[in-house]
Amino acid sequence: MEFTDQNFEQEVLSSEVPVLVDFWAPWCGPCQMMGPIVEELAKEVGEKAKVGKINVDENGETSSKFGIMSIPAIKIFKGGQIVKEFVGVQSKDVLKKELEALM
Amino acid sequence: MYDLIIVGAGPAGLGASIYASRYKLNHVVIGAEIGGQVVEAWEIENYAGIESISGKDLMEKFINQTKELGGMIVEGNVNKIIKEGEIFSVSTEDGKKYETKSIILALGMKARKMNIPGENKFLGKGISYCATCDAMFFRGKDVAVVGGGDAAATAAIHLAEFANSVHLLYKEGTKTFEPAWDEQMAKLGKIAASTFTNIASIVGSEKVEGLEYDLNGEKKELSVQGVFIEIGSVPGVVVAKELGVSVDEQGYIVVDQAQATNVEGVYAAGDATTGSNKFRQIITAVAEGAVSAGSVYKKLKLGASKK
Repeated sequence: MEFTDQNFEQEVLSSEVPVLVDFWAPWCGPCQMMGPIVEELAKEVGEKAKVGKINVDENGETSSKFGIMSIPAIKIFKGGQIVKEFVGVQSKDVLKKELEALM
Repeated sequence: MYDLIIVGAGPAGLGASIYASRYKLNHVVIGAEIGGQVVEAWEIENYAGIESISGKDLMEKFINQTKELGGMIVEGNVNKIIKEGEIFSVSTEDGKKYETKSIILALGMKARKMNIPGENKFLGKGISYCATCDAMFFRGKDVAVVGGGDAAATAAIHLAEFANSVHLLYKEGTKTFEPAWDEQMAKLGKIAASTFTNIASIVGSEKVEGLEYDLNGEKKELSVQGVFIEIGSVPGVVVAKELGVSVDEQGYIVVDQAQATNVEGVYAAGDATTGSNKFRQIITAVAEGAVSAGSVYKKLKLGASKK
């Protein structure tokens, strides 16, 4: 799913289940590699967690709130807090293990 | 059972697939990073036939051409290759297994780290290994680029579009970038270049605030909010070594003129090999990919006795 400045509070911070957020931008080559990985991960985790991405170019408020200075950046939220963060391309398996540990 | 599995989906791997498709080899490309390191390059002006293009756009063309010709690309991290008689078994991190008669290792390079205090601590907080990804976050700020190669020069030029000032720092004797970049940097005016003997540390509290280095024993400090590290890369050859493939003292896979390694049925192409005088350009990676696919074809379909 697609997160934005408008829905971030509701969809991510107030979510009942863990949420993985991929901060990306269209000019970032490695982010393009991350895209399909995140989409597949979203399908695999089903309802037990939320997985989505946020375009930092269009959602400056959220990206500056979380101090994004390097993308792709992946942050996992639980109960409105960041519980795990990564910088750079990550494999689906690594992310899936982290999410499953939080479910 | 495949005729060929190509491990790695950068220019060498996709270049090999393009030739393998035309040779009608039943093959698959498995890569953890589709497009490889090139996708981080802002501007490529030395790939023959294309005057100027971003790395991302160039690799999109590679990927489209590969698929168009029938090549299959799978996203996955190959973590084990075992030789069982004449057959190779290839496993990926997500537990999938493939069998093949031959292998092309197009493993590419991994960004080299500086291994200095502050480098890991500030990753994502001012330290970056990808100028094209992160330049935008440094609008109006002062940044440093560390490195003396083409990647460092193009990073500095790209950053100059956003940053207030760019300081290009390279170790004495390591300036290897094409002189064409010097002209572009001079035109932009915002880029200062200087040499260092050693970089001591990256300093700051929450985020990067500066860089401490010395030049001929004299201590210096640069006040910057971003440090872009472009000091080259090292071959990513772990799976190759486990398979028994020979590497040289710097870790590059040793290949002959047919791109064959010491292991029968295993070929290697691209930046991680000793081929092409280790020139490590996109054009040489593609060429090595083509040669290696040709060698596989000769061996499998024409029964050439040479490994």
